[in-house]
Formats: sequence, C-alpha cells, structure tokens
Amino acid sequence: MEWLTKFPEMDRNGLREFKKTVDNAFTSFSRNYGEGIENFFDPLLSFLVGFEKLFLNTPWPITIFVILFICWLASRSIIIIAGTLLSFLLIGYFGMWEDTMSTLAIILVATLLCIFIGIPIGIAMARSNKVQALILPILDVMQTIPSFVYLIPVVMLLGIGKVPGLIAVCIYAIPPIVRLTNLGIRLVDKDVLEAAESFGANYWQKLFGVQIPLALPTIFAGVNQTIMMALAMVVIASMIGVQGLGLPVLRAISNQYLALGLMNGLAIVVLAIIFDRVTQRIGKRMQRYKSD
Amino acid sequence: MNNFIKIKNLYKIFGNNCTEALNSVKTGISKEELLEKTNCVLGLNDINLNIPKGKIHVIMGLSGSGKSTLIRHLNRLIEPTFGEITIDGVNVLELNNKELLEYRQKNMSMVFQKFALFPHKTILENISYGLMVQNISEEIYQEKSQFWLKRVGLEGYDNYYPNQLSGGMQQRVGLARALATDAEILLMDEAFSALDPLIRSEMQDVLIDLQLELKKTIVFITHDLDEALKIGERISILRDGSIVQDDNPQKIILNPSDNYVSDFIKDINRSRVIKAKSIMTNFVSIKKENVPIIDSEMVLEEVLQEITKTKNYYVLVKNKKDKIIGKITLNQLLTGIQRPRKEIEKYA
Ligand SMILES: Nc1ncnc2c1ncn2[C@@H]1O[C@H](COP(=O)(O)OP(=O)(O)OP(=O)(O)O)[C@@H](O)[C@H]1O
Ligand SMILES: [Mg+2]
Repeated sequence: MEWLTKFPEMDRNGLREFKKTVDNAFTSFSRNYGEGIENFFDPLLSFLVGFEKLFLNTPWPITIFVILFICWLASRSIIIIAGTLLSFLLIGYFGMWEDTMSTLAIILVATLLCIFIGIPIGIAMARSNKVQALILPILDVMQTIPSFVYLIPVVMLLGIGKVPGLIAVCIYAIPPIVRLTNLGIRLVDKDVLEAAESFGANYWQKLFGVQIPLALPTIFAGVNQTIMMALAMVVIASMIGVQGLGLPVLRAISNQYLALGLMNGLAIVVLAIIFDRVTQRIGKRMQRYKSD
Repeated sequence: MNNFIKIKNLYKIFGNNCTEALNSVKTGISKEELLEKTNCVLGLNDINLNIPKGKIHVIMGLSGSGKSTLIRHLNRLIEPTFGEITIDGVNVLELNNKELLEYRQKNMSMVFQKFALFPHKTILENISYGLMVQNISEEIYQEKSQFWLKRVGLEGYDNYYPNQLSGGMQQRVGLARALATDAEILLMDEAFSALDPLIRSEMQDVLIDLQLELKKTIVFITHDLDEALKIGERISILRDGSIVQDDNPQKIILNPSDNYVSDFIKDINRSRVIKAKSIMTNFVSIKKENVPIIDSEMVLEEVLQEITKTKNYYVLVKNKKDKIIGKITLNQLLTGIQRPRKEIEKYA
C-alpha cells in the first residue's frame, strides 16, 4: 500500500532531466534570438529614454507647469490642481525629483503601450466569442502568476535593463484595459446598436460611432486600473534595472533605511492618487450626457 | 402598387440546429410541441402578406406573437429560416452585405419602442445619423436635420441630449431621425407604446398629420386596438407566429375570423368605431323630406343621434360626392352596436 501514502512522483533523474531540457531549450532560444528580439524592442527603448531625458532635462518649474496644465485640462478641478502642486513641491524638496521623473516616464510609456495594444485586443474580444474564449484564460494567467516568475524568462531573454522592466510592467498592467474594453463594448445597449444597424451603419461606423463612445467611460476605468497596476509594479521592476522611485525602496529594504523607504513609498502613493483622481475625472466628464 | 411589400411563405425558427425543425413546422406542429421536442422557438409560421404602397399597415398581436420578429425581417435585422420577401420588385433576401447596408440606408428606416436614441449624441446629431452614415456632406445633412427638427416641433432643442427630453419629445426625435433619410418605408415597432395615453394620442396625431403629406408606406406594430383603429388603414393580426386575419379595420370588427380576434375586439366601443358605410344597405335614392342624410364615414354613435331626430327611424347615407348610396334603419343600427350573440354568451 505504499503507493497510497507516497505520491507516485516522477523519479529524481527524470525530473532533473526534464528541468534541464526546458532550461537548455530556452537558453539556446535566447542565445539565438535574444539579440534579434532586443533589436526589435530598440525603438521602444529609445522612446522610453527620450521621454526620461525630456522629463529630466526640462527645468522643474516648466515641468510642474505642464503637469498642472494637463491635470487642469483633464479634470477641471482646483482641488486636484492644488493637491498636485503641493505634492510635486514636497517631492522635489525631499530630493526625489529625479526618481519621480523616471518613474513618471516609465508609467507613461507603459500606459501608452497598454492602451495601444490592449484596446484593439479588447475590441477583437468583443466582436467574437471565440476570441474572447481564447484570451480570457491568458488574461487570468497574466493576472495571477506571481510577477517574479515571469521576470525570469524576460530577464533571460533580454537581460537586465529598462526594456525588460517595461515589458514586465506591461504584462502585469495590461489585463484590466483589455477586460474593460471588451466588457464596455459588450454592455452597449442592444437597442441602440440595433438602431444604428437599421440605418445601414457598417461594422466600423457602429464601432467608432456608437460602441466605443458609449464604452468610453468603462474603457477609461480600465486605463485608470492599468495605471494603478503599473505603479504597483514599479518596485518589482526596479529589481531588474528600472530607474525611479522603486530603486531607493529596494535599497531601503535591504539596508533597513526606514525614512528612505517611507519617503519614496509615499511618493509612489502620491503619484498613484494624482493619476487616479485625474483619470477618474476624465471618465466622469465623458459621461456628461448622462447627467442633468 | 398594391403589392409593394410582398411576403411569401415566410418561416422563422429561433435556436441552434433548427433547420430540420422547419419540416415539422410545415407539417403543422404547434409552437409548444416544437419547443418541447426540439428546443426551437417558432417565431413566424408561414406568413403570407401583401402591403400596399403609401398606406399605414398595422400589425397586431399579443406579446410574443412575433410582431417584432416579422418587422425585423423587412430590413433583415433578423434572417428568415425560409421564405421570400420582395419589396418594390427587389428580392431583399438576395442582397449581399454591401447592398443590404445601402438598402437600409436609402429605403427604410425604423422607429423603436424604447426610442433607442444615441445617448451620447445631441438631438441634432441623432436626427442626422441616418444621413451621416451615408457620408452625405455635412452642409446638406445639417439643413435636412434642422428641417425635421422643426417639423416634429422641437425647434431650439438642437444641442440637448436625449436624456434631457421627456419620453414624448424623445420619440419625436426618433420619428425625425427616421424621416430625415427620406426612406420610402417606415417601420414602427410599438413606437408609441412606452408613452402615457395623452402623449400617445398626441403622437398618433403627429403621425397621421405627417402621413397626409408624406404618403409613406408605414408598417406599424401595436398591441393596442384603439391605436390600430385610429391609424391603421389595414390590420393584420398575428397569433403564435401566424396571421389569423388580414383585413380592413371595419371588417375585423364586424367579422372577426376566430375567437382570438374576437377576444381582441371584445372591449371596443363599437358605436364609436364602426362607420355608417359598414352597416348600411345599398340603396339608390334621391333626397327625401324629413329624412336626415348622413356621411358614410360617420360613426354609429353619431348616426344614432341623427336617427332619433326623425319619426321614420331611418337615415340615408351619402358618399363624399354627395350622392346617396345607402340607408340605415334603427334595427340595423342596433345590430351593429350590439356585440355578436356568440360573443355575449361567451363573456356572460
Ligand atoms: N433571438 C431570439 N431567440 C429565441 N427566441 C426568440 C428570439 N427573438 C424572439 N424570440 C421568440 O419569438 C417569439 C416572438 O417574439 P417577438 O419579439 O417577435 O414578439 P412580439 O410580438 O414582438 O412581442 P412583444 O409585444 O412582447 O414585443 C417569442 O416567442 C420569442 O420568445
Ligand atoms: Mg416586440
């Protein structure tokens, strides 16, 4: 009755062989194609670096002014503007300006990337149940797999650096925008869609004239969540070479610097709150036709 | 132009793997039996219908009888399982995708029970929608939409959003949106059912008024007999996906084809609906002294008032050209107002 108490597992050698084969296969894959893939991501790298440089080289008063101006356009709220101004002044005063700019750059690039990739995927899912059935489980895996686990292949393939960090952030942050784009489009009132159809609207006219505009508030909730998740990844991404507020936090953990950790941690929180409030305001303003 | 819209042997069965069910339906299986045996829902069952040009054709029936399904076949929002639909000589079911879109753009427009306005577009943009879809230049569609905005009595509401308007006003927008494309056929699926009685009656008047001028072919769905009688020039009654009677309104009231139809008309105030011409006996005569002459379109209630003015207890009926064409006796009048005997027994 031994087989009942002891699980009939694979024998040790076999298991070792199995792991070795997988590792070797992936190593040789990354040796052969790593460089090609790296080259493929080169434009992304220059984009990210360009953004970072722009943020770092612009005199800080101008940067703050531009940020406030964008916040104003998006939210039209004095309170949010005042809060943003105060936050950035404090961040600068406590010596975290440069790290904050780096983080801002990577968050922006990651969010843009997620929007450009995520929204079309969401649209494709909304159009066909088969595509939805295919992609939903992938999204589930992306959201539940511990982020350290997928860092391994990314690092093996691309090494340590900004691009692997960016990719890691995107993998982690893209699911909500895909899900909510899909959901938003599917929830558009069937009667309204039928009306468009009865007037002879084609697929694209329905999509851009009716479905996306009506789904926009939901899609924007997705953008909001994507940004929040990207910010949450900042610390983990700094483990593989991403500059920014995550790095000091990492240092603080290993050296038990309480103040440093708290300050940078709070700066991340402050950024998160600003992003959240501003994007929520945009979402609300998109639904103006619903009120009054 | 009597057969402007021609529907022949039209069947619709909802459900997956239900093409085989068609054969059972054709052998006369009932809706319930079909559902039990195959899990398929019988939507339409051998519909044959001719709809003339330029008239308001009403389709009536209880909830679930297939009214919406039928009207959606005309613009192919629903594809039939079997059958033929010809509109103005065009076989609608043979149109390919591109032709179908164009057909919907140019030839028919629809008004919906729940209005189905675009909530994110202004009133003017809503009215323009059918034209915008056709890529007509902005100048032209702005002008047309403004015209229709005024025509339905909403001048000045250009930049409002639908939810800022009352239900009645929203349906005026729905109507304007449908009319703006100048389509020949207007499909109205319970367009006024969601409105309260007073507004509903007002909208019926708006429609009748517009129709006098526009002479569109209107397929109007309702489950309200009063509405059907007020605006319908012909009425088809649907039951479980089949047409049980297709007739002019007067005939439907005087000769209901079966119990389902008599159920429909049992609560109607006959004296206010039935017209003199429907119960008179043909009779050619000259004018007589002391005998009132009434219009053939007069309803029985009014005829009663006229008839009691005389001692002879009969009236003469004249047509629009002032020619006397018939007469009605008090006896005939009372029979007309009375519900048929078998109905009375049934509901006593
Ligand atoms: N997409 C569908 N799938 C399955 N069954 C359907 C579908 N659409 C309609 N049916 C069925 O077809 C029948 C006719 O429905 P339809 O909507 O045409 O009725 P209706 O006369 O318009 O009713 P109402 O007055 O409630 O609008 C009903 O039994 C309904 O359940
Ligand atoms: Mg219906």
